[in-house]
Amino acid sequence: MKRMLSGALVGVALASVALFGAAAKAEYPERPITVIVPWGAGGGTDATGRMIAKIMQDELGVPVNVVNRTGGSGVVGHQAIATAKPDGYTIGIVTVEIAMMHWVGLTDLDYTAFTPIALYNADPAGVSVTADSKFTNVKEILDAAKANPGKMKGSGTGQGGIWHLALAGMLVDAGLDPNSVPWVPSQGAAPALSDLAAGGIDVVTASVVEARALKEAGKVKVLAVMADERLPAFPDVPTLKEAGGPGWKTAAWRTVSGPKGLPKPIQDKLGATIEKVYNSKEFQDFMASRGFGLTWADAAGLSKHYEEADASFGKVLKAVGLAK
Amino acid sequence: MDAFLLALPLVFQPNVLAVMAMAAIFGLFVGSVPGLTATMATALLVPLTFFMDPVPAIAAMVTATAMAIFAGDIPGALLRVPGTPASAAYASEAFAMTQKGLAERALGTSLVGSAIGGMFGTVVLVLSAPQLAEVALQFTQFEYFWLACLGLSCAVFVSTASPTKGTVSLLIGLMLATVGIDITAGHPRYTFGIPDLLGGVAFIPAMIGMFAVAEILRNVVSTRVIEPPKLEHLFRVFHGLGGVFKRYWRGLVRGSVLGTAVGILPGAGGDIAAWVAYALSKKLSKEPEKFGTGHVEGIVDAGAANNAALSGAWVPALVFGIPGDSITAIVIGVLYVKGMNPGPTVFMQNPELIYGVFITFFLANIVLIPFGFAAIGLARHILRIPRTIVWPIVLLFSMVGAYAIDNSLFGIVVMLSVGVLAFLMEENGFPVAPAILGLVLGPMLEGNFMTAMIKADGNLLGFFERPIAAALGAITLLLWSTPLILMAARRVRMHSATERG
Repeated sequence: MKRMLSGALVGVALASVALFGAAAKAEYPERPITVIVPWGAGGGTDATGRMIAKIMQDELGVPVNVVNRTGGSGVVGHQAIATAKPDGYTIGIVTVEIAMMHWVGLTDLDYTAFTPIALYNADPAGVSVTADSKFTNVKEILDAAKANPGKMKGSGTGQGGIWHLALAGMLVDAGLDPNSVPWVPSQGAAPALSDLAAGGIDVVTASVVEARALKEAGKVKVLAVMADERLPAFPDVPTLKEAGGPGWKTAAWRTVSGPKGLPKPIQDKLGATIEKVYNSKEFQDFMASRGFGLTWADAAGLSKHYEEADASFGKVLKAVGLAK
Repeated sequence: MDAFLLALPLVFQPNVLAVMAMAAIFGLFVGSVPGLTATMATALLVPLTFFMDPVPAIAAMVTATAMAIFAGDIPGALLRVPGTPASAAYASEAFAMTQKGLAERALGTSLVGSAIGGMFGTVVLVLSAPQLAEVALQFTQFEYFWLACLGLSCAVFVSTASPTKGTVSLLIGLMLATVGIDITAGHPRYTFGIPDLLGGVAFIPAMIGMFAVAEILRNVVSTRVIEPPKLEHLFRVFHGLGGVFKRYWRGLVRGSVLGTAVGILPGAGGDIAAWVAYALSKKLSKEPEKFGTGHVEGIVDAGAANNAALSGAWVPALVFGIPGDSITAIVIGVLYVKGMNPGPTVFMQNPELIYGVFITFFLANIVLIPFGFAAIGLARHILRIPRTIVWPIVLLFSMVGAYAIDNSLFGIVVMLSVGVLAFLMEENGFPVAPAILGLVLGPMLEGNFMTAMIKADGNLLGFFERPIAAALGAITLLLWSTPLILMAARRVRMHSATERG
């Protein structure tokens, strides 16, 4: 009797495992999903990550939690995404730094450690000067840099950061020495822009969006955007080429990616979900209100984007002498 | 004026007032738990504000942060464990008052001081935000470098031990601040290949370690039975405060002005404001020898300064979209989402919204008094609980706080290591306050010096080329050399006296 009972129990247990196991395969997701954000709470990456998580939650019907894993210039958080279990329950927001930090020797981690899901945002770099600056277009800046190398100073982010690359790439593309406008590292775009307005530096290559408040306040003028086309939100800002500069373009971008080895069905399901999120009115309105640039690429497109960005940043970082 | 009248009904609505009340309770809780900061309170509110109208969304943040900055004083006074970094400057002083049986007086002073400081900062924000933001925008690395030097000079005043030991402690703090990616060149320093150290010794866990862990260790090793300090009647919180503020009204004004000014400058917030206010209070006091022994004077200044800084930080944030501290850095994002794009136009496009926000500032500082009073009433009973129960709970909360900053176990490692270091330092007569100051100001000092040097192509005279920088530099050098000059003068006088004699 006893043996029979335990036998029956084992049978029930096995059956339920089989049942739930099958259910798990059929219906991902069945438990809460964690989205790792490698940057601090309150920043732009955090804001977009939280918005995506919120709409994902409505789409998938399971809680989607945002966890900020900050520190180490983004290395810590990216590492956490890459080393998570590839079961679709831990994904993250992978940012442009992934194509840069391994070149400068901060980590060995690069884009190959991730399963791409979608690219949802790109904010092109701008070229900003003070409102009373004598420069009226980018060509004049390049000419001045050629005539007096080292006299003008640029800023916008830390050493080897994305806006540093934007400036250096522009100079290299125009046939100048990347150090003809030395970089003054700052802790982000806001302090650099405030320094620009104070007359401490000559040119800031942070994104056009970041310069918006000071532009509207009449403290700085944005001479160009480093993109192929003008931004819909800033029709008065010409492209780099229109402003007499080279065809160089740079943008800071954000993606949703998972750890390497994510099963294809889960990758597809997440990709479809993020696409719905991206096309939702709520997300579009949110991005527009913050001035974040909307750019879409699915998993295949993102995979290609990763590869290209990695190669192009590597080239510039080597030219500037930042790559190790 | 019309906008002001239009703004009133936006604020005085049941749902807005209910949001503020809930945010107040939330802020009090977050602020009084060591390691959970006012910045974190703001960040946690962000997802909730998605569902709110602009005025209640901002009101929630304003209220929660004002409460949190005050609430940080409560565990500071009762346990010598500051709840937020902004209370670190005077936690030891307030705790000394508690040991003298003056817990209610200490907390009452900081409560009313906080409300008055916050109110002062708000008045400044309302009356002259555009003009002051203009001035703040004139500050570059050259000016910030001198400000950091002046801040470091405070170490001399906040340290109660011998100047030599104070200096050693300051250098320990500065050394810890060099760990991590060098912000100028981007090189990792002293990281030993540990990715968690790339970001440096995290400040919040380190601060919790210096206070909470060190205090716990002290309690563990001490065999002396400490009599719990007597609790006075709760209404003693306000008893005698009139006398305190009448006596030290200068300090109250000084703390409020200084706090607002530090808040307006991008890159320095309530914690630095409190340190400087406390140091200045001691320097200018008639009885500097009483500081550190449970003297209320410094708490008046510093308690007002950190709440004033909170309002001041909104000046550059609203006018130029440049955050005055880490809290407004988050708020700016919310302002954009709510269609109140920072910039001078915010005052023209949506004046009633801005006035609504201003009204909530005043309200938040008014409700600070009853809510703070209730919190003190509840919290002071901690003193009655045996320490064998209180300290494990404090340790638990400290660990949660240290973990929550980066969601990383490494925060706890930092907390414990720095805690043991601080314990050993204090046991050997080295004060920890200068070390904390070094940790706060180290990155500011180094970063601004290095970037300023890049800009000036290595020319040290660059630090005197801009008018504000030159003035600040002159003040700093004068401050540093005065003792030397006085000493030399005394020696010359003595010399001539002996010659004549």
